[in-house]
Amino acid sequence: MNQLLPSLVFWIFAGLTLLGGIAVVALRNPVSSAMAVVTCFIGLAGLFITLSAFFVGIIQILVYTGAIMVLFLFIIMLLDLKVEKGNARSLAGIAAGLSLVAAFVIQLIGVLGANPDMEMSDAPLNKQRMVESAQLLTKESDDNPHPVGADSAIVKSLKEGSLPDVHLVGHKLFTEYNFPLQMLGVLLLVATVGVVSLSKKKSA
Amino acid sequence: MASLNEYLLVSGLLFAIGLAGVVLRRNIIIIFMCLELMLSAANLTLIAFSRFHTVNGLPDYNGQMMVFFVIAVAAAEVAVGLAIIVALYRARQSVQTDQLTALKG
Repeated sequence: MNQLLPSLVFWIFAGLTLLGGIAVVALRNPVSSAMAVVTCFIGLAGLFITLSAFFVGIIQILVYTGAIMVLFLFIIMLLDLKVEKGNARSLAGIAAGLSLVAAFVIQLIGVLGANPDMEMSDAPLNKQRMVESAQLLTKESDDNPHPVGADSAIVKSLKEGSLPDVHLVGHKLFTEYNFPLQMLGVLLLVATVGVVSLSKKKSA
Repeated sequence: MASLNEYLLVSGLLFAIGLAGVVLRRNIIIIFMCLELMLSAANLTLIAFSRFHTVNGLPDYNGQMMVFFVIAVAAAEVAVGLAIIVALYRARQSVQTDQLTALKG
């Protein structure tokens, strides 16, 4: 049971993700496609959480399903898109598309079959290793140029044997990745200005 | 427990589905959604490798940083892309790619 349950959770979320993905391509109504993307992203967030990436899982739901897909639905509503009528696409186009995908999947299976697999138990997250890593994280070294404080929430949580995912992400983001983070702010500003100027009616 | 290859297989299949959507569909908004699927499939690969490559007994957070930046850039990309689609619709009254052939040689 202890072994079966995580595997079952994985297959449920993987199935949700893949079925959602297929529905995006197969459904004719753009609104149904958008809802299928939401389903797919919820499944994907579940997979992230099974990989102990709790922060990214939550962000996936908040940003993708909460913000991006709502934006898509707004645009579908504004453009008043109807269900696509008729099947005007050529057989050659479908055949080309499917053979491209088939080639990709065959390659994928070949690569996965040729490489050694890894189980979760090969990379365990247990209390003993977390206590060791808490010690390593507080010491400054070449591998660890930004040590955490000995009484910080990260160390406290690691010593209790629970993964302080959000704290670790935050620590890394604001030390090692501080400059890219600020560049991201600039990028979002540029995108905002760009969107405003794109959607403005031309007055000339 | 699920193994690394199972996660990579799901990620690869999701990428293939997104690719199929980009090639097969004619509606530019659906094509854009399929691009998002492909980005997310790449994110799943990064998270899987981050979890299975432990550093000092913790997941490798460099991979998760990459995913964080991909998600943020994707958000900006969607905003700009949808603005372009709206501008395109205003100019042509269509979002079907077979009717948008102004760049065809």
